[in-house]
This record gives sequence, structure tokens and C-alpha cells, in this order.
Amino acid sequence: MSDWTSVLVGDPRADRMVPKTGFTVQLTVFSAAAMAFLAVFALALSLATERLADRWSAELARTSTLRISAPQDQIAAQTEAALRVLQTTPGVGSARALSDEEQIALLEPWFGPDLPVASLPIPRLIEIVETGDGFDATGLRARLQAEVPGAVLDDHTRWRAPLVAAADRLRSLGYISLALIGGATAAMITLAAQAALSANAQVIRVMRLVGATDAFIAGAFVRRFTLRAFAGAAFGAISGAAGIFFLPEADVAGGFLTGLGFEGLHWLWPLAIPPLAGFVAYVATRAAAFRRLREQS
Amino acid sequence: MIELERVAYTYGGAELFADLSMTLAPGSFHFLTGPSGVGKTTLLKMCYGELIATSGMVRIFGQNSREMDRDQIALARRRIGVVHQDCQFQDHLPMAENVALPLTVCGRQEEADEYLSDLLAWVGLSDQAGQLPPQLSGGERQRAALARAVIMSPEVVIADEPTGNIDWEMSQRLLTLLVELNKMGKTVLVATHDLNLIRAAKTQVSARVLRLRGGQLQAAGAEL
Repeated sequence: MSDWTSVLVGDPRADRMVPKTGFTVQLTVFSAAAMAFLAVFALALSLATERLADRWSAELARTSTLRISAPQDQIAAQTEAALRVLQTTPGVGSARALSDEEQIALLEPWFGPDLPVASLPIPRLIEIVETGDGFDATGLRARLQAEVPGAVLDDHTRWRAPLVAAADRLRSLGYISLALIGGATAAMITLAAQAALSANAQVIRVMRLVGATDAFIAGAFVRRFTLRAFAGAAFGAISGAAGIFFLPEADVAGGFLTGLGFEGLHWLWPLAIPPLAGFVAYVATRAAAFRRLREQS
Repeated sequence: MIELERVAYTYGGAELFADLSMTLAPGSFHFLTGPSGVGKTTLLKMCYGELIATSGMVRIFGQNSREMDRDQIALARRRIGVVHQDCQFQDHLPMAENVALPLTVCGRQEEADEYLSDLLAWVGLSDQAGQLPPQLSGGERQRAALARAVIMSPEVVIADEPTGNIDWEMSQRLLTLLVELNKMGKTVLVATHDLNLIRAAKTQVSARVLRLRGGQLQAAGAEL
């Protein structure tokens, strides 16, 4: 039987050789559950920031905004002129002026629904969608300066880059958190395994005296700790996933926090946490057991 | 089977014995005697690889124990049944599971179901199979330890003061079991300071008596 098969299938009589010790059981199950719970959130954070960075990169890179700031009686004419310039600019896929309703919707979160747009000197916004190659922003600015003096081109580069960088950094922090959680889990399980090995020094001695190999003795501990870590992590991962599932629904104005969670197939990622915790426990307990057995000889 | 050649053992800077030689031939019966603290248990531990000699050579089934790795020692112990002075049981397991322990650790548990009831009947412990070791009397523990020592049908049986904590009648019963094992072809080495037990054995079996004294091993004479 391979090591992994023996861990999964086990042998009830071999399992009984090591008495169950309460405190290491509780420590392993609790730490695996807590770490899996935290891992679900770190995973959700990483995946959410990844989506956010991708969305910001993709969407903002393809759009620009032209703002027409001019006296009220010139706005319509300058808007027309700007649209004509844009229609003849290579790299501009489409351009359209936002309606009053769309501009009110943009301002509503800050000024409320009763904003008297008609009586305020609000600039007109033109949304530009680029083609794949994009346009020459410097050339376009020069043409607009000559033909539409009230136009200000914003190609989003100024604020898109730090946002994407921040999202990338958050994603990296999420992955670093996952690695730290894995390391902390391994450390805690190693401590619990060492405590169990010390508490069972006499049991180990008797097993050696009757001809047990190190692999057999280690196996009795490894199987127990692997299954405990798996069970604890399964509980923690399910609880964490449930916590994410019941987060408030995201809406357009919800911002980043309500977007924290899993989408589509990403919901399968938490399922990987219990086997991973089991694997970490397997490696940590096996290393601790063989080290302790060598020391005891 | 087991050979000790010019073996010395030093513990805590003090030399327990030196230049000690002994051979356990197949089918032989040896008693090892001597005062308490002279090193009988240490000598036995060398015979099953729990201790390594400070100098000299111990050969266990032809292998130099100093050169055996941990797995090789474990495999050699499956061929040597040992009755320890303090029995060395797993107190959380019933006596029957303790007796079957050598089979369990080498993955032959199914054989336990086959032999266990006969073996427990042989040592007179059929009714105590489900009891935990702390619930057994001294004599019952020693007999259970003997049953565990022979369950793998080892080539060598080593017993360390097997009658130390039991009455004379029980000692006689245990001796009879050891003699029966020897008659079945097993090599037997018994460490004891009970001279009456040795005298009783010599009426039943051809046993060689070795006396450990002053760090030297001598063949005991006719006084026994």
C-alpha cells in the first residue's frame, strides 16, 4: 500500500496502538479550521483584486473622456465641433456626448437626486471608445486646442495606473497571506505532533521493541494528524465560504468591499483548502515523527 | 544466531564489562545469572540491538549490530522474542491486542485471529484476553509477555528476570513454558538471579549457565 493509500484507508488495529490524546486533537482540529477560514478570505481577497485589476486595466484603457468647459451659450457648438474632430481622428472607435440624464446620474451620488442641472454651469462630457490600437493623445490634444478651446482630454492614464498597481499589490498581499497561513498551519501541526510524540514516548518504545519500523510508527501518527487537519480545514473552509456567500449583494455603487467574493468557477477554490491542509499536515507530521524517532534511538 | 565477541560496554564513564564473549547456538538453552546491577539486562539488550557495544562486535543473525540501520534492527527483532523485566505493555490496549502487537506492527494481523486463542490457552490466559494490562496479576503479565514474545514464532527467545515478581508455583509454570519452547527448537536465553529456578530447569533441559560477575562472564560450575 502506498503512503497516501494507507493514510486514506488506514488500519483500525494499527490506529488503536497510539492512544487518543485530547489536547492535541483539539489543537490540530481548531488550528486547521481557523486557518482554513482565514484562507478562504485571503483567497477571496486575491481573486477579487485580480478581477478588479483586470477590469480597471481593460475598461479604462479603452475609454477616454472629453470635457467641454465653455460659457453656456457655446457648449453645444463646441460639443458639435469636438465630435466632428473625434469622428476624423484615427484610433477613435466611437464618441458620444452624455445626455443630461446620464450626467445627473454621475453627479447624483455626491449632490443628491434634485440637482438643478439646467441652472448650473456643468461642463458637457463626451465618452470616447478607442479602437484596438488607440489614438494619438498628444496629436488629438493639439487639434482640440486649435478647434475646440474649451475641451480637456482625459485619457485616464493619470489615475488608472496607480489603481491597477494598488489592485496588483493587494492581490500579492492576498497570496502572501495564503502562504503565511499555510506556514503557520504547518508550524502548529508540527508542534501538536511533537507534543503527541513526546506524550507517547513509551508507546513508541514498545512498538520498536516488538519490531515496528520507523515508517510504521510514523504512519500511526501521520494518518491521525492528516485526517484531523483535513476535517478541521473542511469545517473552516465551509464556514468561510458560507460567510462570503452571505455577504451583502454588490451593486453599481457598492464599491470594492461588496465585490469581495467568488464568481463562477472560483467557488471551487475553497474546496482545494481541506486537501491542501491535509497535505501540509501529512508532510509536517511525517517530518516531525521521523526526526523524533531518530532522536529517541 | 547471536554472537558476542570481546564486547565491552561503558556507561557514564564507568566500564560495566569488558572483553566479554558468548555464542547462542541454535536450539541451545542458556541461563545468565549474577548479582543485581552487574549488567545482565545490558547484555540482553545488546543481543536484540537495543544497545550497541562500546567496543567489540555483536552479531545478530550474522549481521554486525553496529552496522545495522534502524529498519534492519526492527526486522531482526521480529526474529527474537523478548520477555522484558517490566513486560512493556501498551496499557490502553486489551491483553489480547498486546500479545498480537508483533503481528500488528508487521502487517500480519490476520494471523493473530488464527493463533491467538491457542496461544492464550497455552499460557493459561484465555479468560483474561479482554483485560487491560494493569488489571492483570504479576504472573499473568509475565505469561502474557511470554505469549507476545513467541507469537511471531521467533528463532530466539530472551527473557529478562521473567520470574522476578511472581511466586514459586508461577515461576515453575513459566519455566515449563520456556522449556517447551526450547524443545520446539527455539534458542532460549534467560537472565535470572533465582538459583532455584536454574536448578529446577536443569532437571528438565540441558541448560548452560553463564555467570556475570566483576565484568567477566564465566561458565557456572557444578554447584548449580
